[in-house]
Amino acid sequence: MLKNVTLGQYFPGDTIVHRLDPRTKLLWLVGYIVALFLAGGWISYALMAAVLAMESALAHIRPRTLFSGLRPLLFILLFTALLNLFYGTGEPLAQLWILKITADGIQRSVQMVLRIILLVCGSFLLTYTTSPLQLTDGLERLLSPLKRLHVPVGELAMMMSIALRFIPTLIEETDRIMSAQKARGARFDTGSLVQRARALIPLLVPLFVGAFRRADELATAMECRCYSPGAGRTRMKVLSMAPRDGAALAVCAGILCAVCLLRHFGL
Amino acid sequence: MTESIIQMEGLRFAYPDSERSAVAGVDLQIARGSFVAVLGHNGSGKSTLSKLMNGILVPTEGRVLVNGVDTRDESRLLEVRRTVGMVFQNPDNQIVASVVEDDVAFAPENLGVEPAEIRQRVDEALQRVGMYAFRLHAPHLLSGGQKQRVAIAGVLAMRPDCIILDEPTAMLDPIGRREVLGAVRELRRGRGMTVVLITHHMEECIYADRLIVMSGGRVEMDGTPRQVFSQVEKLRGLGLTVPETVSLLDGLNRSGILPAPLPLDALTVAECADAVADVFRRREKK
Repeated sequence: MLKNVTLGQYFPGDTIVHRLDPRTKLLWLVGYIVALFLAGGWISYALMAAVLAMESALAHIRPRTLFSGLRPLLFILLFTALLNLFYGTGEPLAQLWILKITADGIQRSVQMVLRIILLVCGSFLLTYTTSPLQLTDGLERLLSPLKRLHVPVGELAMMMSIALRFIPTLIEETDRIMSAQKARGARFDTGSLVQRARALIPLLVPLFVGAFRRADELATAMECRCYSPGAGRTRMKVLSMAPRDGAALAVCAGILCAVCLLRHFGL
Repeated sequence: MTESIIQMEGLRFAYPDSERSAVAGVDLQIARGSFVAVLGHNGSGKSTLSKLMNGILVPTEGRVLVNGVDTRDESRLLEVRRTVGMVFQNPDNQIVASVVEDDVAFAPENLGVEPAEIRQRVDEALQRVGMYAFRLHAPHLLSGGQKQRVAIAGVLAMRPDCIILDEPTAMLDPIGRREVLGAVRELRRGRGMTVVLITHHMEECIYADRLIVMSGGRVEMDGTPRQVFSQVEKLRGLGLTVPETVSLLDGLNRSGILPAPLPLDALTVAECADAVADVFRRREKK
């Protein structure tokens, strides 16, 4: 039952977006988010939406797939919309007690929701087209200047990739423990909230003990394979920027400039 | 015997908070290029011994020399570890990366090898254990035997002189066991790799050059598998069973239904069948 949990979902493919260097894609996302927050008028928003549509078309990700990721955020979106609706200034269109709806409020509310949707979808596009491993790698390279400030970037990236590696293993183990406890009469899906929470204890205790044992064995195995934190590691797969990466970054810079200009003219 | 790669002298080891020594006085030399099996039941000290051989544990008393380097010398620990590679029981807990080839690349990456050479080593190691076709797979989707072969490739990519396998088949099904043992025998071909196989399965020791039986932290028996297994009484006294082939021959001898006693050193099934057939053939001639 836990097998179908997808984490950091990635849709393998061979489009130009998939082939971009993970560093490029990370920088793209940062640029896109900055542009999104600089956007002021409707024209800017239209531009940002068009950019997202273009991106997803290039990556062969269907809009439906992209929007399906928004479902868990529905509550936050509604909440944001409502909150912004009542925060507008100017002539109220309708008023109920101290709550008043203004034209300004409606605009703000719609724009804020639009901003969140674009932001989330933009981030999804990154994880949909980049494997977690590439992402970790890209992050490590991008942050490597921080090594000078004694930030253990390499070790953090190693921790991240090991965590990713062990997610399926631990899910499998959880499944096994659940079956074992069910065979002895444990119930995980009935009873009150308190009863259900209590039923998780015999699941979590062996899971944690097991995870610590694994960690211990893994550490020994890593030592046996000459891992020493902070030492000069090399990598088999060297990331390299292709001309398409330069082009993508130029487009990103262009969009940023365009949004700045539009903002200047209040559009 | 040629020069030894691992040398243990007056070795003693006790875990902290334990009065009993897990290894209680062991003097052993592992010859370069040999295939040594270490046999013993749980708690016999065989696993502890393996961990002493590449400096994961350091001896309480005595010393271990790997290629002449003392394992207590922390400044040369890396040298010891890259000489003596180690494969553990649980394949899940020794695979580091989410892609097979990235995992095999882990050790050479740690050693700072150039990217092009890492690629070459990884491909070579995967081919040697027959896992090249799976190089882009996710380890958690492989079978136990395949995972364990990936773990072996991960050690091979380090280009060690010696590989210690600590009960590599204990968690595997019969098919996985056969795969891993096949890979272990394959290691011996060519470059003269030293292999130390720690196990409690008798059948796995048959192909070794030398068999060491441990009990209570001591070496109780040491010789070729034929020499060791033919001492049925002594093995049983140590709480170990003998391989099924030897057990059959021993049983036949005891039953007294055969005209002549059978030799107890027929270890493989084919040899065993030959030995039995031989006795009958001789009787017919008479």
